[in-house]
Amino acid sequence: MRPFSYQRATDPDTAVQALSAAAAANNPLTQARAQPLAGGTTLIDLMKLDVMRPAALVDINPLARDWSAIEPKGDGVRLGALAKMSDVAAHDEIQRNYPVIANSLKLAASAQLRNMATLGGNVMQRTRCSYFRDVSYENCNKRNPGSGCAAMDGVNRMHAVLGVSDQCIATYPGDFAQALIALDAIVEITGKSGARSLPFAQLHKTPGNTPEIETTLQPGELISAFSISGRWPRSVYLKARDRQSYEFALSSAAVALDVQDGMIRDARVALGGVATVPWRAREAEALLKGQKFDDGLAQRVADAAFADAKGRRQNSFKIALGKRVVARALQQAVTMEI
Amino acid sequence: MTAAAPEPKTNMGQPVPRYDAVVKVTGRATYASDMPLVDPAYAFLVTSAIAKGRIDSFDLDDARRVRGVIDVVTHENAPKLKDSKLFSNGGYAGTTIQPLKTAEIAHDGQIIAVVVAETYEAAREAANRVKVSYTASAPTATFDSPGTTVAAATGQNAQFKEDPKVGDFAKAFDEAEVKLTASYETPTQHHNPMELFSTSCAWMGDELVIYEPSQFVYGLKYGVAEQLGIDADKVRVVNPYVGGGFGSRGSMTPRTAIIAGIAKRLNRPVKLVPTRDQGFTIATYRAETRHEIKLGARRDGKLVALRHEGAEVSSRPDAYCVGGTKTTTRLYACPNVDSLVSIVRADRNTPGFMRSPPEVPYLFALESAMDELAVKLNMDPVELRRINDTTNEPISGKPYTSRSLMACFDEAAKAFGWAQRSPQPKSMSDGDWLIGYGCAATCYPTQMGPAAARVRLQRDGRTRVEIAGHEIGTGAYTVIAQTAAERLGVPLEKVAVFIGDSDLPPAPVAGGSNSTASTCSVVTMVCDQIRQRLFKAVMPSQSLTDKAKETVGIGQTPATQAAKGDRPLDLEKAFDALGVGVVEEYGEWKPEGAPLDSFRAMHSGQVRLVGGHAMKDQIAYAFGAEFVEVRVNRFTHEIRCPRLVGAFAAGRIMNPRTARSQLMGGLIWGMSSALLEATEIDERNARYVNDNLADYLVPVNADVADVEVILLSEQDDHINPVGVKGVGELANVGTNAAICNAIHHATGQRIRKLPVRLENIEV
Ligand SMILES: Cc1cc2nc3c(=O)[nH]c(=O)nc-3n(C[C@H](O)[C@H](O)[C@H](O)COP(=O)(O)OP(=O)(O)OC[C@H]3O[C@@H](n4cnc5c(N)ncnc54)[C@H](O)[C@@H]3O)c2cc1C
Ligand code: SF4
Repeated sequence: MRPFSYQRATDPDTAVQALSAAAAANNPLTQARAQPLAGGTTLIDLMKLDVMRPAALVDINPLARDWSAIEPKGDGVRLGALAKMSDVAAHDEIQRNYPVIANSLKLAASAQLRNMATLGGNVMQRTRCSYFRDVSYENCNKRNPGSGCAAMDGVNRMHAVLGVSDQCIATYPGDFAQALIALDAIVEITGKSGARSLPFAQLHKTPGNTPEIETTLQPGELISAFSISGRWPRSVYLKARDRQSYEFALSSAAVALDVQDGMIRDARVALGGVATVPWRAREAEALLKGQKFDDGLAQRVADAAFADAKGRRQNSFKIALGKRVVARALQQAVTMEI
Repeated sequence: MTAAAPEPKTNMGQPVPRYDAVVKVTGRATYASDMPLVDPAYAFLVTSAIAKGRIDSFDLDDARRVRGVIDVVTHENAPKLKDSKLFSNGGYAGTTIQPLKTAEIAHDGQIIAVVVAETYEAAREAANRVKVSYTASAPTATFDSPGTTVAAATGQNAQFKEDPKVGDFAKAFDEAEVKLTASYETPTQHHNPMELFSTSCAWMGDELVIYEPSQFVYGLKYGVAEQLGIDADKVRVVNPYVGGGFGSRGSMTPRTAIIAGIAKRLNRPVKLVPTRDQGFTIATYRAETRHEIKLGARRDGKLVALRHEGAEVSSRPDAYCVGGTKTTTRLYACPNVDSLVSIVRADRNTPGFMRSPPEVPYLFALESAMDELAVKLNMDPVELRRINDTTNEPISGKPYTSRSLMACFDEAAKAFGWAQRSPQPKSMSDGDWLIGYGCAATCYPTQMGPAAARVRLQRDGRTRVEIAGHEIGTGAYTVIAQTAAERLGVPLEKVAVFIGDSDLPPAPVAGGSNSTASTCSVVTMVCDQIRQRLFKAVMPSQSLTDKAKETVGIGQTPATQAAKGDRPLDLEKAFDALGVGVVEEYGEWKPEGAPLDSFRAMHSGQVRLVGGHAMKDQIAYAFGAEFVEVRVNRFTHEIRCPRLVGAFAAGRIMNPRTARSQLMGGLIWGMSSALLEATEIDERNARYVNDNLADYLVPVNADVADVEVILLSEQDDHINPVGVKGVGELANVGTNAAICNAIHHATGQRIRKLPVRLENIEV
């Protein structure tokens, strides 16, 4: 670890100011001199590994007073960015009307981590690519732009098959983000020039030629909340992984359906563990809308979701696995009792 | 009695709670890096980012500028150390690759510099700022990589003397009614004990104290003395508690002498706590192995031919191998047996012992093949074992001292509900999950080594036992205390045990599951010396003293017929008669058949274990049978193992609580090894990739639903005075095969490569 300064931000303005003052113009956010500190379960980890080397930490936990509510908003719900994963997962309204959110959180990490970690930090968590997390490897375009990608022909069982580029195939590891993208969540952002909001689907960026740029958030900007309109009681989060708990997805699916009289009126399908960013399978959704569900349809939807997938030496299995996970999640959503 | 403290059966001690339970759960147990040091400097390692090549230069300016840095030690300015031979060649070291000696790099993660600073944080920061220029050459990673060399293990490794064989395998296999040929693979694994590979070295004048988690304090003492070129009397190793060892702390690693040398130079204690990932390359590991098994049998299941060929990876300079054919060629009755072990050299750190080193990979192969044969024969796999059960090992015909393999199978099968299994693969399911039942035999050689102990008894019954044994979480303190309490007839609470210190009388390495047998045998012997002195004081006649040998305990009624006339000894009277307040005895014990130089070796940190197949007229093993239920998800292909049942017979069980805990841990470890654990190697550069506990998976609580351990009564009077076989490495042997056999039952698919992952399943 390297020395860093530590400052507690007592209100959003101080936080934004402290973060903006340190922001250099052309640095990507991930390499900004000052970083906001929420639960710290990603950030401190990466600092110990010498992967992130911020000179200043701005502790935003005091903002939890205003930024951690779980509250109704219109016909939907608004989740403060500093709400803890565990609190949201255990919340009655979330469990009842947004099972996909509750389960994506409940099946993530461990109880201890969920008690520390915040929603904002969770969506901003960084890839688990082993080469990214080990600075003794020179070749990592994400950490060291232009240096190559050690994972491309290396140990890449956990890596992505969707949204990949020749520069980076790192998986976006989070679970909760799949629920947010599926439900068309809106991200509320506070920055130097006030508040803005954008669809969650526009927060993350596929690696392309600049894998070091992971989100559209600018240095100095903070996520304050996520909001979701409507209710999605018929929704599931299915996660396939190597062990029963405390493990990232090899493949996951967030599915939300609106079914009336056997007819699918609206369908949302998002994929985790297989893509470089939170991944919405819109072509797959299109096949579902206006249809009656059967297993053949589930298969076609799953095939469509992975039509563009590209496997590497160790991770090609994720394509077949991902399809089975999508199909199964759809079956579960269709048959769930609500 | 509770599940954790099973009711003792015949030939079992009491399930008393652990001697060290309270200090451990309250955090008061002092592990090596908790030991207080006066004004220590902190060391942090820099390790190589290439596996082969040389260091051209260091740029240390940035590192030296970090406030608090005292020195950066590289091969250019490192203390000069003498080489140490590999333990198997009469030395102490787990590797002969000595870092900081030259600019050469022999494996990934080799120590290339040590930063010493006023604080841990400064040392770590400076280590991050060390810049290294290398000239790298293409390294050889593992099997099939370009550049390996392969040769038979015999002739290279002094501890692997011969490939067991008997009869005419080729002919018998050729003529066999039923034949099976199958190949198996096991992965690289790392021990990952919770306690890191720390070491602290403090000099007082020319005397050195080392605080380090060690499974062999005497070996470390003599090894470090040799490397530093000083008298071993000047070196003391202290570690009252070891936070897990699993074999990784059995032989000396290079770090200790390096830190001792730096501490000497600075004239200041130096403390090193390496990181988790550094532990993957600065210590040892279980190397990957490959196997080919050939079985020939009659239609009725009788084996007529067995061949086991194994290959193991080792480093360039060191011919380490585990050679498990010594066990697999002797497990079942078979007249025609052949075997071969070879060593494949690559640019890797030297592998070493890891919990049941030979048996884990080799029995995985054999016990999978036995299941495959049972399927071919359309026979229950338990019956196939019964048909081939034996009282004598087939290679030289020596009898097993005791063998309860089939009793274990029968008990475990009953508890598991094996009768409910429908033998057809894919015939059992529950909702989304295919269910499979599988089983396998497990075994581990009974071993013991020469040991010494000092015991002191006070007039009020307070007792002190001193022996340089090791508490690696097994219950060493507890069973030693129980032995002394029982033998001297004093209450358990009055016994204080001192272990984990090389100033105490020597005991063998805590490896090969010999500790309980060795330490309790010598403690029993020395307690008997005390009894004799006391008896002699009150009963001066020689014949009565002889009788005293036969009695059990001082305050207890004599047990045997010969001593029936004796009255229990009155401790007060005996002490009055002796005219002293304290009786103290020292003694040295060696097992039958131990080599002539045993005691000399014992006093110079050398291991002389005897037992297993290497005994003169007999062969001694502990046995068990393991049954598992596996569930495979039809959709995700996730594999879970919610139920493990094992029955074990291992001679006298000193304490059913600690024994059960060892065996339960072994079953869980075995499941981990079958389904989760593997160190991933980047073959392009011969480097370990998942070198942390987030990526190197071990089971979490949710993976371990139901584990049942059944302890069978077994009495064996042929092995050692306490009749103990050892349980530490028994349970994790059979589990790998049992799980693959269950996966076959669940899915119809035979998987011969570990660990089994969801992508290996095609339902
Ligand atoms: C061993 C392990 C296993 C895990 N398993 C899983 C899993 O299975 N599934 C899963 O989804 N996650 C998993 N995680 C990841 C975990 O959920 C995240 O680390 C956690 O959610 C991050 O939240 P935090 O509050 O601790 O973030 P921090 O570490 O504080 O922050 C993370 C990043 O986000 C930035 N940040 C934080 N808050 C904001 C904000 N409000 N606005 C803008 N930027 C912000 C920080 O600057 C930092 O760069 C695991 C983590 C570990 C260590
Ligand atoms: S996949 Fe991305 S993060 Fe991983 S090594 Fe390649 S560039 Fe770096």
